[in-house]
This record gives sequence, structure tokens and C-alpha cells, in this order.
Amino acid sequence: MSGHMNLTLKVWRQKNAQTPGKFVTYKAENISPDMSFLEMLDVVNESLTHKKEDPIHFDHDCREGICGMCSLYINGRPHGPKRAITTCQLHMRSFSDGETITIEPWRSAAFPIVKDLATDRSAFDRIQQAGGYVSVNTGGVPDANSTPIPKVIADEAFNSATCIGCGACVAACKNASAMLFTSAKITQLGMLPQGQPERYSRVQAMVAQMDQEGFGNCTNTGACEAECPKEITLNNIAFMNNDFFSAKLFREQHAHDHTGGE
Amino acid sequence: MSLDAKIPQGPLAEKWSKHKFNLKLVNPSNKRKYDIIVVGTGLAGASAAASLAELGYNVKAFCFQDSPRRAHSIAAQGGINAAKNYQNDGDSVYRLFYDTIKGGDYRAREGNVYRLAEVSVNIIDQCVAQGVPFAREYGGLLDNRSFGGSQVSRTFYARGQTGQQLLLGAYSALNRQIHLGKVKMYTRHEMLDVVTIDGHAKGIITRNMKTGAIDTHAGHAVLLCTGGYGNVFYLSTNAMGSNVTAAWRAHKRGAYFANPCYTQIHPTCIPVSGDHQSKLTLMSESLRNDGRVWAPKTVEVAEKLRKKEITAAQVKEDERDYFLERKYPSFGNLVPRDVASRNAKEVVDEGKGVGGSGFAVFLDFAEAIQRLGEDTVRAKYGNLFDMYYQITDENPYQQPMRIYPAVHYTMGGLWVDYNLSTNVPGLYALGECNFSDHGANRLGASALMQGLSDGYFVIPYTLGDYLATIGPKAVDTSHPAFEQTKQDVVDYVNKLLSLKGNKTVSEYHRELGHIMWEYCGMARTAEGLTKAKAMIQALKADFWKNAIVTGENEEFNAALENAGRVADFIELGELMVDDALMRRESCGGHFRLESQTPEGEALRDDENYAFVAAWEFKGENQPEELHKEELVYENVKLTQRSYK
Repeated sequence: MSGHMNLTLKVWRQKNAQTPGKFVTYKAENISPDMSFLEMLDVVNESLTHKKEDPIHFDHDCREGICGMCSLYINGRPHGPKRAITTCQLHMRSFSDGETITIEPWRSAAFPIVKDLATDRSAFDRIQQAGGYVSVNTGGVPDANSTPIPKVIADEAFNSATCIGCGACVAACKNASAMLFTSAKITQLGMLPQGQPERYSRVQAMVAQMDQEGFGNCTNTGACEAECPKEITLNNIAFMNNDFFSAKLFREQHAHDHTGGE
Repeated sequence: MSLDAKIPQGPLAEKWSKHKFNLKLVNPSNKRKYDIIVVGTGLAGASAAASLAELGYNVKAFCFQDSPRRAHSIAAQGGINAAKNYQNDGDSVYRLFYDTIKGGDYRAREGNVYRLAEVSVNIIDQCVAQGVPFAREYGGLLDNRSFGGSQVSRTFYARGQTGQQLLLGAYSALNRQIHLGKVKMYTRHEMLDVVTIDGHAKGIITRNMKTGAIDTHAGHAVLLCTGGYGNVFYLSTNAMGSNVTAAWRAHKRGAYFANPCYTQIHPTCIPVSGDHQSKLTLMSESLRNDGRVWAPKTVEVAEKLRKKEITAAQVKEDERDYFLERKYPSFGNLVPRDVASRNAKEVVDEGKGVGGSGFAVFLDFAEAIQRLGEDTVRAKYGNLFDMYYQITDENPYQQPMRIYPAVHYTMGGLWVDYNLSTNVPGLYALGECNFSDHGANRLGASALMQGLSDGYFVIPYTLGDYLATIGPKAVDTSHPAFEQTKQDVVDYVNKLLSLKGNKTVSEYHRELGHIMWEYCGMARTAEGLTKAKAMIQALKADFWKNAIVTGENEEFNAALENAGRVADFIELGELMVDDALMRRESCGGHFRLESQTPEGEALRDDENYAFVAAWEFKGENQPEELHKEELVYENVKLTQRSYK
């Protein structure tokens, strides 16, 4: 058991959105440095269960950094101390024996608490529903190679498309802004030929929904970019702002509700 | 009941077109009178929900995650096959069909597989039209890579995140229909039962995971798109939430479960690091394009590596055994998954495994880095290398990866006919949830293809035929069957919550996993399976006596959710063992030690086992009844698979 660690956890516990929450202190003992952060919480939960106590609730699923479900605020940083990874990819070797670790949920009015460390991020889905798509039905589309797309454009669009919708950008932002999240989809589709027909109506619809959900605005601090597990860059926000102003100034005729056409 | 797969008559290449013409249509103005329930929002579920809503049906979609975008299809890495022949390398619909049938070790239906290959080309077109950013060549056209079990390059990919990009495409189509009001989306809802009336599926019972509310939902048809059951092994590459509950509850309401013992063990996963392990991480099979699999030739060298007395780089070329290249010169490192996995196990069993535990072999990129340069290797596999580094704290650019097989996919699933209908009319199963297209072994990059084929291009046609037959009469939850089924679910939940024993649900799950991996994993024997059956029965009895389920129903309660899922896995585990015991042959991922060739390859018994095993639930703790669907091969000749 050499190299195993004993840690103190200060964990936010809250029964539901209506009940006030508080920090509760737990011991995490005999933790292997090869465990992931969530496996460490599994160990704590197993011992709570044996004591017939309510385990700590946290969202998680794929445990390989791609589903975007896990969402812990660890020692004041979304997804913990390392860059470009999610909480499930964080290993205990990033901590030291005897350390106290503070674990909180995402904090944003637009992400109400479900229980303990799990939050409701459905606002993100509603932003996507407002216009994060190309309005094509199944079938009747052209051959995939009929429109060549320069590799650099495809690669850039891909970089934007890697957003996992975890909400770390919102959690990191002092304004709880969702602009990095929203702009990633707008940039992906705005760069590709397929996204052009709805480019300007899309940006207006998605930004309007983003504002309606109660997210704050961007003040160019860059915390979102620094904490994004997929390294989505601020360039996406610049792209979105550019398209948004362009739409507002020159393309008001496209400002009708983005229905996606029917 | 006789099992009629409803494969259309006529030449292979014409079956689907003819069938589409013969299917009844629902008048456009009548479509809005039908309500369709779709459970699960992965590739199959999201594509089906969106496509059906586009046609005009009213869709209710359900997922247990907090957003439909998080379904486990998101984690698929390597790619999606399609017979586009963009590379001019001899691919065709027939070749993709043939490779898939052969890869499945001749235990899949010809008709289904041909259709899959046929619509594969439409899938790529559809995804590109949605704005899915596939990898491209400098000329702007789509790039391809090769994958195991095939000698052409037909795999489309988006770096190592193809599943993510395809799912986000389907999710975007789903979002558009949610926005238009044609899909009503229920997140954090878990399906706990199917409601049948006069033998037809007419709705489902769900539990709202935030509030505990147990609700009834009615529809003209129910589509289960709920994925596979790999988590029966506890450790697998599946997401933690992936479960068999929806499919299993449907099975207990009459739907046959087919070929449950066909599970795929993926050869290239990151080895287990300790008892705390909660899941295993796959490294895409695409790595085998450039990575070379090897182990030391001798136990002595392996021993030194395990003790860290030497490093992999210090093992001389003539002390290495590139065992896949040696045994399968024509396919080399690109043999199908079952073959690669079994060979890794064999090497480890001989004491030549590496890594601290000895349960690993090497996947080495040194030669590729020398040939292509580190930058090219990084561009192709960068995110996979990063992931490996992150998990193991070892740099794969400098030392070979350690890999070991892990449970990855389940070819078995609910029995469906050519129309994707289970034997319960009105109840459909799509994607990994059904059993239909991969036989006893799935080829790489074919799961994404099948999920999207079922959802975008099959169910929109076949469902209409059933709906037109039953007519658009409105359905609601007033029938007593809804209240009765709901009461059954409430009772079941209360029974779980009453468990206040001394062992956690995870401990039972882990124990089940050990039994399944040991006796129903990469190699199976009659003796082991018989033993496993008794162990699972004992585990089940103990679970219902000594498990601990904390909390109450009327709250967010992960302990309760998990308890229900593990209880179902235990029952499924027993059926898998029964199925594996019944099938006294080796085929694909099902390897019976009693049935192998002199070279140690899987030996099929076509005379006695060329059938689909469909199991019927006969009541709690009763043996299930086996129904056989004979597999008829009119186009391919059944041969011993050879990748030499």
C-alpha cells in the first residue's frame, strides 16, 4: 500500500434546489494515486453506504472525458487543477497525502442544484434547440463529396465541434457567461458551407436564448478558455460577436424566429 | 410462437428496395395522429426520433442522462464504415456485406447485413449535410482509414471522436424537432416497464430521476434504443450508466432476448490498475493501423519487464514476438477484434504478459514514429495518446502502450425481425439494443453504422407499415393495464428500497463481473459455465436479502437507480450463461474451449448451430424457453474464417 494517501474532503451537500446546503467534511482514506477523482469519491460513497448514510450525489457517466456529464468544482477550479481534462480524467496523483480538497457544484443561477454536486444544465440544451443545427431532413441530401471543404476549415470547425457541453466555461466565469459554449456551435456551423444558409438567423436565435436563460455577458477575462477541458478558444467568441454584429447591422431581415424551416 | 424474420424474398440486392415498396404508407395528414415513444437518445434513438418527427409523427423521447447529447454513442472513437469506395480500392456494397457476414463468423442474417451495407453510403451523406466535420484530405474531399477485418479503406472518421461528432449531428437534428414542437424530450427519466394491451406494446412506465415520480406514457409504438449490456461484466468500456434495464423489463413482458452470450471483448484497452477500477478505457482500434502488437518471446524477459528491471526499449528485436504479424501475415495487426483479443489472452496465459500485473501486451509505435515522424502520428492519434498518457502517466511517444482486452460491445440483444420489430407487436429495438446485424462478432466502425442505419433509414419505413395496419385511433393511459403496470413498478421500487442489509450494490455488481469475466468471458467451458450458473443464482438470492439501498424514492437517488440496474444484470447474467452453455461451438466472440481447430482457432459447428437463439421468459426463477431461428445462407458460402 505504499504511496497511498489520506485526504480530507469538504463536500457541498444540498438535498435539492429548495433546501439550503452546507459543507460536510469527510475522510478519504487509503487512496491510490492511480485512482481517478471520481473513483476516490466512489470509495467514500461505499463507506457512507455501509454506514447507511446517503452517498454524495455527483453527475458522471462515460468516465473517459467525452460525455460532459461530470462537473465538479475542485479547490476553486472547474474540473480541478489540471488543464484540458474533465474531472473523470483527473487522477489522485495530482494531489498529495494529507491535503484538504474542497468540492463544490457548478455555481450559476442558470444551473440550479439538483442534489449535492449535480446541477441542472438544461439551459444548454435550450440554447442548442434555438438554432444549433443545419435544417436538413433525413434523406435527399447531396453526395458527401459533392462540396469539397478545405482541410484547414474542416479542422477548425472540428476544433469548435469538440465542445462537450459540460458547463465548465460558465462555472469558471465571474459573469457566469455561456458565450464560449454558444459560440462553439455557431463557429462550427458558421465556418462550414452547410451552415451558411442559416448563419445569421442562427446566431441571433442562439444568442437570444442564451440571454433569456440568465447567463451573463463576456468581459474578456478568458477564464472559460483556460478551464475548458476541450481547449475551445476565445476566437470562437470573436467569431460569434462578428456574426452577431453583422446580422444586427446588415441583415435584420433575417432576424425572424429561427424555426429551421418547415 | 414461430420466429418469422420476415426477410423479403428475391435477390439479395433487391430485397430492401422491393420491401420498401411493399410496405404500407401512412398518409401525411394522418402521421400527426400517431404518438411514438423513443427510449434512449444515442445514435439509434436520436436519429430515429428526429427522422420520425420530420415525417410528422409526434415523438416522446426519453433518456436517463441530463441531456440527450450524453448518450454513450458519444464515446465511440475510431470511425464509421461506408461502402463509398472513394479510395478506388475495390470496395463495394457487396464487399462490405461480405466482410460483415464473415467478420460476424456467419451468425448474422444475410438480408439484414446487406441492407446495412446498402444504406451505409446514405449515412455519410446525411451526416455531412448536418455539418459533421469528418476528416478531410488537402483537396477538400473526405479522408478514410482502414480498420480490422477488412482490406479496404472505408472508415470515415473525425479524429478519435467520431462517435461524438455523429451523435452531436443526430442531437442537432433532434434539437430542431424539439424546437418545432414535434419531439417532447424527457431527460433524467428512466424507463422501468413496458405496457402491453392485447399483446401489443402501447406505452411505458418511467421514473423521473429528480423527483421519483412514476409516470405512465402511451404511444402507438415503443422504440427501445437503449444500447448494450456490457456492464454485466462490471468492468467494461461502457459508461457507468449503461444498463440493460429497459431491454430486460421488455424481455420479462414477452420480448425474446437473442444470442445473449455474444459479447465482444475489445483487444486494445488500457489495462486494469487496481481494485478501485470503475471502468475501462478503450484505445481505438484504428491504432492498430500503425501500432505493432508484441510481447516478449520468453517468460524470463517478461518477468524482467514486470519487475521493471528493464524497459521495453531494451528488449532486442529478436527477443520480441509480434504475434499477430507472425500468425496472420495477410491481416497482421488488423485481424478482427475477437482474434486479436484471444491471442493477447493466450500470450498472457503463457506468462509473457507485461506491466505490473502481467495482464497486458505492448502496442508499439516506435516504428511508425520513425517512418512517419512524430508530428504525423500526433495528427492522426494525438487525442488517444494524450488520453493514454493522462490515465497511465506513461508517455506513449517514448514507450510502447500497454493494452489488454476489455468488454466493449454486446452483439446479442432483443430479437427483432427485418422490420426491427420484436416479437411483441408495436415494440421495436434499434442499434446495439437489438441483436440483428453483427452475428457473433462485430467489426470495428460498424456500431455507428448500424445505429444510424436503423434510426435514419430503416425505422422510418418499417414503422409506417405497422402504424398503417393498426390505424390512427388515439391512445391514452386510461386503460387499466397502465395502472396495473405502474403498480408493479411501484411495488418493485419499494421492494428495492426495503433492502437494508450489509453489502453495497456495487459489491454485488463487482462479484457478478468477476463471475462473468472468469467463466463467460474470452474462453468458456461447460464445466465453468455450470459453475457460474450456480454462483449467479446464489448471488441473486443473497442480493435480495443482504443488499443495502439507501434513501427514498421521492428524491434524486443514485443508489436506488443502481440497485434496479444491478438486479437486472444479475438475471441477465444467468441467461447469458445458459445461452453460452447451450451453444456447444465456438463462433466469433463466443469461444468454447471444447470446440477449436488444431491451430487453436474458433471452430464453428454449422450443422447444429447455424441458428439465432431467442430466449423466452417463462416467469421468475423458471428456465427460459429456447426458440431457434434458422440462418439461411443463399449468397455466401460458410467457410472457416481465416485471416492468415
